[in-house]
Amino acid sequence: MIERRRPVITYLVLTAFLLLVITPFIWMVLGSLKSQGELLQVPPTWLPEQPTLDNFQRLFERPFGRYFWNSTVVAVAVTVGNLVFSSMFGYALAHLSFPGKKILFALVLACLMIPGLVTFIPQYVLVVNMGIAGTLPALILPFLVQPFSVFLMRQFFLGLPRELLEAGRIDGVGEIAIFFRIYLPLAGPAFATLGILTFLGSWNNFLWPLVVASSERTYTLPVALALISTGQNQTDYGLLLAGATLIVLPILVVFLFFQRHFIQGIATTGIK
Amino acid sequence: MTASPDTRAEPQIPRGAGSPPRGRSRRAAGEARAGLLLSLPFLVLFLVFIAWPVLQSMIMSFTDMRISDIRTPFAVEFVGLENYRTAFSDPVFRRAAANTAIFVLLGVPLTITAGLAAALALDRGVSRLRSVFRIGFYTPVITSIVAVAVVWRFLLQPENGLVNTVLGWVGIDGPNWLGDERTALLSLVAMAVWRNFGTSMVIFLAGLQAVDRQLHEAAALDGAGRWQRFRHITLPSIRPTMLFVLVTTSIGYLQFFEEPFVMTSGGPLNATISASMYTYNQFGFGNYGVAGAMAYLTFLVIALVTLLQFRLMREK
Repeated sequence: MIERRRPVITYLVLTAFLLLVITPFIWMVLGSLKSQGELLQVPPTWLPEQPTLDNFQRLFERPFGRYFWNSTVVAVAVTVGNLVFSSMFGYALAHLSFPGKKILFALVLACLMIPGLVTFIPQYVLVVNMGIAGTLPALILPFLVQPFSVFLMRQFFLGLPRELLEAGRIDGVGEIAIFFRIYLPLAGPAFATLGILTFLGSWNNFLWPLVVASSERTYTLPVALALISTGQNQTDYGLLLAGATLIVLPILVVFLFFQRHFIQGIATTGIK
Repeated sequence: MTASPDTRAEPQIPRGAGSPPRGRSRRAAGEARAGLLLSLPFLVLFLVFIAWPVLQSMIMSFTDMRISDIRTPFAVEFVGLENYRTAFSDPVFRRAAANTAIFVLLGVPLTITAGLAAALALDRGVSRLRSVFRIGFYTPVITSIVAVAVVWRFLLQPENGLVNTVLGWVGIDGPNWLGDERTALLSLVAMAVWRNFGTSMVIFLAGLQAVDRQLHEAAALDGAGRWQRFRHITLPSIRPTMLFVLVTTSIGYLQFFEEPFVMTSGGPLNATISASMYTYNQFGFGNYGVAGAMAYLTFLVIALVTLLQFRLMREK
């Protein structure tokens, strides 16, 4: 109430700030439609003078369809794995008592703090010795279980009433069936949050696939774009901006679709 | 189908004879079994792909393991603290640690301030278009770092980049942002703040729900100014949120890696190389033992900083 004395100024400041934040994206999309000549012009142009899809055409002369497919397969597999394994474990941590539970939960939580580089080399040695380096499973397996996912699912199940469990027991429903038939159907909102978070993380994951995906057949989009942008095409901005647009747009669409769950989910895990 | 053993077990309890202690202990056993069964798939993968590598990495940091030992990881020599000594006496690693410190000390406060300012403006200042602003501010967070790098390198071009063109309008001759030792790290800080403030904004937005509006109005009636109300009402109410944002942002920034990796490769002249990036380089050179030691040093710093932040924020 009191705060709304000068909303116009707030709106102006916020709008200016918003433009500043999203300018790189506007610049990216506009740039992907410009010719190389126009991209190098001084001073730069805002709108493309002669919009062209040539950059995207050149992009798809490379197996970018394949990379897109790889990124999708990996992201979907990682997402499904996290939903399945973390919801099972998260539920057990929240509502069941079993030996070693506290230690296991502490162990998983401790791993939230451990930098990715600590596990990086042993994981690399592991996939090499398993003989799966350079295959899609190598991009999927190490990410199927993530401490953060368990944390999120545990917090969610803690928020569901325990009476459901008691009622299930009285009705003679088996312990495991109680999870699958009573609690799991209620986990929609948590699944939406965790699903989109994991999907995003996997889609944007970069370092691991860069090191492990050793052939063109298994490149994901970020790997392919990174390799183009450091090679002889370093200054082919049209091609690079088209590639960047191709990575960003699908995720933006997914995000806009799910953003409510997404933002709420982050917020709730942050508070607890 | 996994449920069948339990559904079968339940009716076996004799109805009348179900004296409380026996029934309870049998049920407790069933509960424990279910708990273990539900945990097992996660735990197996967790042990193989996370817990064991964490341990292995620690062991590795005390050995002379190199890339040539990759197929025979047990045929390595223990060298004690040699790798840690190597790390400390390496001038590039020291430079990398200093760069990381600067990045954290500048980046964390800027990110938190920007996130809090945006959250305050959206929470109280505006009622319309709130979700438009929220989505817009959050967009950089969901974007692939590789795509971000492409766009930012293009924006920061010395001759015809958008940034220097705009600076040119007001008569400033912008530097070669990423090519100049004095501005390269600062550019990466700016980029990281742009990319991450959305996350803290979202968390602060949730935390601000805990602020008592009536208290605010009462204080305003008593003549407390905006700043006083922010300082004495808002800030204490969002203390737990602040701690969470501070800890998670710090943990993330201490591992500062992707920005220099994709933007500058650590250059010019190691001006932007970070501890994590140099660790990764050691892995690339095949010095697994040294890389393990450096990774554990980063972990140690993260643990210490987190502990310190918890202490400081809990104090009052």
